[in-house]
Amino acid sequence: MTQTAVTQRSERAVRKAAPGEAPAPHRSGRRRIALPYLLLFPALVLELLVHLLPMLMGIGMSFKELTQFFIRDWSAAPWAGLDNYGVSIDFDAPVGQALLKSFLTTCLFTLASVALCWLLGTAAAVFLQENFRGRGILRTLFLVPYALPVYAAVITWSFMFQRDNGLINHVLHDQLGIGDSPLFWLIGDNSFWALLVVSVWKGWPFAFLTVMAGLQNIPRDMYEAAALDGAGVWKQVRHITLPSLRQVNQVLVLVLFLWTFNDFNTPFVLFGKAAPEAADLISLHIYQSSFQTWNFGTGSAMSVLLLLFLLLVTGVYLLLTTRGRKSSDA
Amino acid sequence: MAAPRSFLWTRRIFLTLLTGFVLLPVYVMVSSSLKPLADVSGKFRWIPSGLTVRPYLDIWDTVPLADYFVNSLAVASAATVLSVAVAVFAAYALSRYDFRGKRVFAVTVLSTQMFPGILFLLPLFLLYVNIGNATGIALFGSREGLILTYLTFSLPFSVWMLTGYFDSIPRELDEAAKVDGCGPVGALLRVIVPAASPGIVAVAVYAFMTAWGEVLFASVMTNDTTRTLAVGLQGYATQNDVYWNQVMAASLVVSVPVVAGFLLLQRYLVTGLTAGAVK
Repeated sequence: MTQTAVTQRSERAVRKAAPGEAPAPHRSGRRRIALPYLLLFPALVLELLVHLLPMLMGIGMSFKELTQFFIRDWSAAPWAGLDNYGVSIDFDAPVGQALLKSFLTTCLFTLASVALCWLLGTAAAVFLQENFRGRGILRTLFLVPYALPVYAAVITWSFMFQRDNGLINHVLHDQLGIGDSPLFWLIGDNSFWALLVVSVWKGWPFAFLTVMAGLQNIPRDMYEAAALDGAGVWKQVRHITLPSLRQVNQVLVLVLFLWTFNDFNTPFVLFGKAAPEAADLISLHIYQSSFQTWNFGTGSAMSVLLLLFLLLVTGVYLLLTTRGRKSSDA
Repeated sequence: MAAPRSFLWTRRIFLTLLTGFVLLPVYVMVSSSLKPLADVSGKFRWIPSGLTVRPYLDIWDTVPLADYFVNSLAVASAATVLSVAVAVFAAYALSRYDFRGKRVFAVTVLSTQMFPGILFLLPLFLLYVNIGNATGIALFGSREGLILTYLTFSLPFSVWMLTGYFDSIPRELDEAAKVDGCGPVGALLRVIVPAASPGIVAVAVYAFMTAWGEVLFASVMTNDTTRTLAVGLQGYATQNDVYWNQVMAASLVVSVPVVAGFLLLQRYLVTGLTAGAVK
């Protein structure tokens, strides 16, 4: 599309938006209409280059037999049709089986992590709603996990989870006497719990921050009216605070879900390039299988499948929540 | 509101436990960074057997931490400045103008944030390698490539938040600036930007933190000379001998700038979130 076409179309749009105004002189009018596009241009180019173009390439790559021999010129890679997808979802073969296992682990992990992050964040925000001594300090402290760089924080956790010289085993085994011998946390089945603890520690302050912002929009007199009617604090939390947070929660839960599901950094820093099977989250799984075998075609197919799943979940979620909102408004 | 005892006690217990959970790693980081090596190699000790600043001197020799620091600082600062500048212009367009494609743009930009990073990683890796081969512009492995990548990571959120922030600034201010002879861009730079400075600070903090803490792209798209802290810190942890006291000292050193900046400016971030995000 040419620049003039864009300008003319937008001119119409603007005219429609402001029918009462006298038409501006032609030259300055055109300049004013081109202006929003000029302002957006840098953002648009960057988004295209770093997000949209790679995404389209990724979809293209998923239909190609893109092995290490074609890295330098991926367009020369032979066409693979749906082979990469076939391999990814062939759950009887090792590759598909591992992907399915990783997917299910990620689902379970995400559910647990989002629920705990939401719970801690909401509880903390509600408890800090009223002013008391130390409130400001706690509010600042609670944001520390959010502010710490992921790698610094997660490396510290990995030190704490060390079998022989870590704090966790020292407390559990040496001080509380749990278990016959110190447990492994970063390999084997316990790694799931280690990862969950770190993920919640890192993630809940965002829920706290968001809920706190949401609480500021609840008018004070609602609480006062409820108190006059004899409702205690617990009742007020249940009948005023939580219902008022509904819209905030709908966004919050979606954002937490997407971040947790896509999280790469936490398992990568905690476990290194290959996570133990019990904590093999899907992003790290795709990364690991792609760079281990250098089969980017299959890796891309897996990424596209992941994207389709996330789109589907997000779509259904938005449909359900907005429908619920409409019926409650009516 | 007079809270009943049950509420006060639940609050006290909950907040105490939560504070403990939050601060535990901070305690481990600080105390272990001051311990002699014998302390961190053996059983964990709550109280160090002796205090030493040796780890803080040794971290610079074990890995080239200073180089990583400079790389991280250069990449994160450049990404922040560019991202904020681009976001300010885009948000101004979205807040003040009605034009065709506005909704499509807003939705597309926002939705890129939900896509898994792993989906971009492989194609972007190939794209940068191929651009390098075709034009000689080294994006792969260079600081520029990383800056370009990171500045788009914070962009969607920044645009979204600033649009909300600009919306809350009365249009009369723009009109007044225009009466005084400013063009639209003049009005933006002289009136809107100063009025929205808390929002802009919040967005800058967010952009800096995003770039400073990114791991995935840093570990694939850097080489020996451009390595950032995110990758560099793993240098201590994967060696045969893990100097945990040095790992903790280095973690603390790389955290201090961002945590201090964040805690100083968090007021703005909370205000910014309220104005822009919760709508």
